[in-house]
Amino acid sequence: MTNKKNGFWGRFLMFLMLFFLYAPIFVLIVFSFNSSKSRSVWTGFTTDWYVKLLHNSAILNALYTTLLVSVLAAIIATIAGTFASIGLYNMRRRWREPLLQVNNIPVINADIITGVSLCILFVFLGRRLGFELGFGTLLIAHVTFNIPYVILSVMPKLRQLDNNLFEAAQDLGCTWMQAFVKVIIPEIMPGIVNGLLMAFTLSVDDFVISYFTAGSVETLSMRIYAMTKKRISPEINAISTILFVTILLLLIIINVREAQQEKAAKKRREEFKQ
Amino acid sequence: MKNRRLASLSAYPYVVWMAIFVVIPLVLVVFYAFTNDAGQFTTANFNEMGSYTMVFVRSLVLSAAATAVCLILGYPVAYVLAKESAGFQRIALMLLMLPMWINFLLRTYAWMSILENTGLLNTLFSDIGLIALVNKIGSALSSSYVPIDHFQMINTQGAVILGMVYNYLPFMIMPIHSVIVKIDRATIEAAQDLGADDVTVFRKVIFPLSLPGVLSGITMVFVPSVSTFILSKLLGGGTTMLLGDLIELQFMGGAYNPHLGSAISLIMMIIVMVCMALMNRFGDGEDQAVML
Amino acid sequence: MKKILCLAAALMAVLLVFTACGSSEQEVVNVYNWGENIDETIFKDFEKQTGIKVNYKVYETNEQLYAVLKQGGVSYDVIVPSDYMISRMIAEDMLEKIDYSNVPNLSKIDPNYLYREFDPEQEYSVPYTWGVVGIVYNTTMVEDPEESWGLLFDDKYSGQILQFDNSRDAMATALFYLGYDVNTTDKAELDEAYQLLVQQKPILQGYVMDQMFDKMEGGEAAVGVYYAGDCLTMIDNNPDLAYFVPEEGSNFFVDAMCIPKGAANKKNAELFINFMCETDICLRNMDVTGYATPSAEAYAELDEETRENDILFPSEEVLSNCQTYVNLPADTLELYNDYWTKLKS
Repeated sequence: MTNKKNGFWGRFLMFLMLFFLYAPIFVLIVFSFNSSKSRSVWTGFTTDWYVKLLHNSAILNALYTTLLVSVLAAIIATIAGTFASIGLYNMRRRWREPLLQVNNIPVINADIITGVSLCILFVFLGRRLGFELGFGTLLIAHVTFNIPYVILSVMPKLRQLDNNLFEAAQDLGCTWMQAFVKVIIPEIMPGIVNGLLMAFTLSVDDFVISYFTAGSVETLSMRIYAMTKKRISPEINAISTILFVTILLLLIIINVREAQQEKAAKKRREEFKQ
Repeated sequence: MKNRRLASLSAYPYVVWMAIFVVIPLVLVVFYAFTNDAGQFTTANFNEMGSYTMVFVRSLVLSAAATAVCLILGYPVAYVLAKESAGFQRIALMLLMLPMWINFLLRTYAWMSILENTGLLNTLFSDIGLIALVNKIGSALSSSYVPIDHFQMINTQGAVILGMVYNYLPFMIMPIHSVIVKIDRATIEAAQDLGADDVTVFRKVIFPLSLPGVLSGITMVFVPSVSTFILSKLLGGGTTMLLGDLIELQFMGGAYNPHLGSAISLIMMIIVMVCMALMNRFGDGEDQAVML
Repeated sequence: MKKILCLAAALMAVLLVFTACGSSEQEVVNVYNWGENIDETIFKDFEKQTGIKVNYKVYETNEQLYAVLKQGGVSYDVIVPSDYMISRMIAEDMLEKIDYSNVPNLSKIDPNYLYREFDPEQEYSVPYTWGVVGIVYNTTMVEDPEESWGLLFDDKYSGQILQFDNSRDAMATALFYLGYDVNTTDKAELDEAYQLLVQQKPILQGYVMDQMFDKMEGGEAAVGVYYAGDCLTMIDNNPDLAYFVPEEGSNFFVDAMCIPKGAANKKNAELFINFMCETDICLRNMDVTGYATPSAEAYAELDEETRENDILFPSEEVLSNCQTYVNLPADTLELYNDYWTKLKS
């Protein structure tokens, strides 16, 4: 991009944008400490809602379901998606292109259509095979909408891969499997991790698809949706604050450590030069 | 070469999975759309569609407005951001994505607290005397002026648009930014060397090159906006029904009719497919992978 | 990037700890009830007493409950539909007969609420709550209104009125106002009621169900129409609110616990239903939900003040002026669906 740096207005614009994005979240966090249930009048500081949260089995159950389905779906989708990408990558173009188009469907399609169509399928199959909507169908739905994102983040890494690398490894005496595990996987690892994270995020945040496929199981999003119909208990504010702060801390730790490692690597390089 | 054929086998389970859980469900939607309760072929579901014209128009207009606002707000931010150093960009992008970690419903709910008649903004306005000021001006201008005690913000179409913009804005910034950042500096310098001023460089070089990102962003904002069924309920007071609400009403809501619901879903799918075709034409769909 | 993997591993570990806490093969009962319609602390007592875990989920309207069950693929063991929906579900063979030998507490229920028209043989249901529909208004915004349905259609309160977000109740407000039979199947009458709702739409603040609480209590709206028990809760939370049952007459409803066809844990469901009829549970539940209990024993335990509360227990005069919804023939139901979708769009 251009070599010109941003002036005051450029930075100010970014600041405004971040303010717009964070103001409502700030409101949420502040009102998790409000002593009354009101969500627009400040009545005093309390941490009661955090204590109450620990005793609210409905919310904790929903949180547990959400985390379980997100972790499982993200892991399954990442493994499946990685193999699928390798397979697709090695396919003939004639086959690969239409398959990639199909892969894009859940990404680009409206959530509600994905949800409704899966709901119809599960009910249709359930009647014939005798199963019910529940955790299983919820997991299948999540895996289904996660895989395409994994593929979309692994594929570009495969494209960047040097084709000769794999053959070189085999020429040097690696078996097919060894070459795959020791050469290919580390090369595409950033794509895989990115896919895993994306899948996990999407699963945690998903409401619409879960709503249509979860049957009698309830995720945190669905619990919150049920609550928006009356009034959201500040306990929900509390749990969101905890989740938000956790993620924030993790991201800070990861970034600081990465920066430190970069610095250390730089230092080593300099020492090496001397 | 034999290896490649062997490796391509590892995609087969995935192909079967996608066939069962992506393709067949969509085929079922089409099937439902053209049948009635007894399973007979009918187009009655589509004949009814005329009475929902308002919902279609409202959905398209509101989401188009939201998309436009996202573009107007998002493009400059993406552009300015791309000029910063790599470290700054990384942190800024992270900050842009971070709100996504707060539940979508909760973020929207927070806006309810802000926009309500007795909400935070109206309280602020009356505390700083803005409402009194408006009343003063109003009564000075016209004798039949009815004084207000709040600004009506919640339960309006504007609130629904705001909700869409707030929730989907990062989806506009990300793809545009990722395209602008990749523009070769040499191209811009070449244009400058040939005597182009900043405006011309932007108009003739940067903007055309960033178009794939813009289109990708437009799709990624427009599609979820047109299909939402929560924003209209929470921020629009349930009187501004959108396509998503109409579908939800047929499946999980008060008017159980999955056949009509499927027919509306089918039409929405066509809208989405048109978007997809547009995107395939101009950009290569993989830009979305840069989202996180 | 490796750290991110560590992060994922840590998350897994946390999950495993979670799983270790909750043993898997436990007896459960899946309860599907109206929102804000139970004291959730009694689940713990039920679990303590019987070892059965309660999975609890809520719906907003009878119509939504019907949609979810009709769609199929989900199993609930206990549901709480209202009278007219019970007869519709019986007619469509969607309910399981209850084995009353497992529900001895049925004897505690006031016979007045048994063998009613929605379950004439008393085979499918155990009454849970009853009440009437009334209008709640904010006295700081509405002064001495006439006690009529007209208040909901008065454009003086434009933008301040909240209407029911379900077809049956919303149509009923118009039918009562027009003076027609609330169970009418006459297309002309229904059409007139529908037209009235169409005219009403521009002056509404919204169609809501349980959001009513927040909006009325917070002073966001001036007039709303809702179920008596919930109105009582609202008035408790905001003393500015007042309530009346319109003099044109209103709806009298009984919500009853039923077991949907094919319930996986029928025995547990019956145990749960029986538990809900225990006198002290009825009293605790009534305290939280604000709905009148059909239990005669529980009623006997109430203090004078509660019994004289005419929101909770309306006078004979009011009750005699109220009508129960009955199930409507299929073509009328279709008309309702059609009107409702059109109205909302």
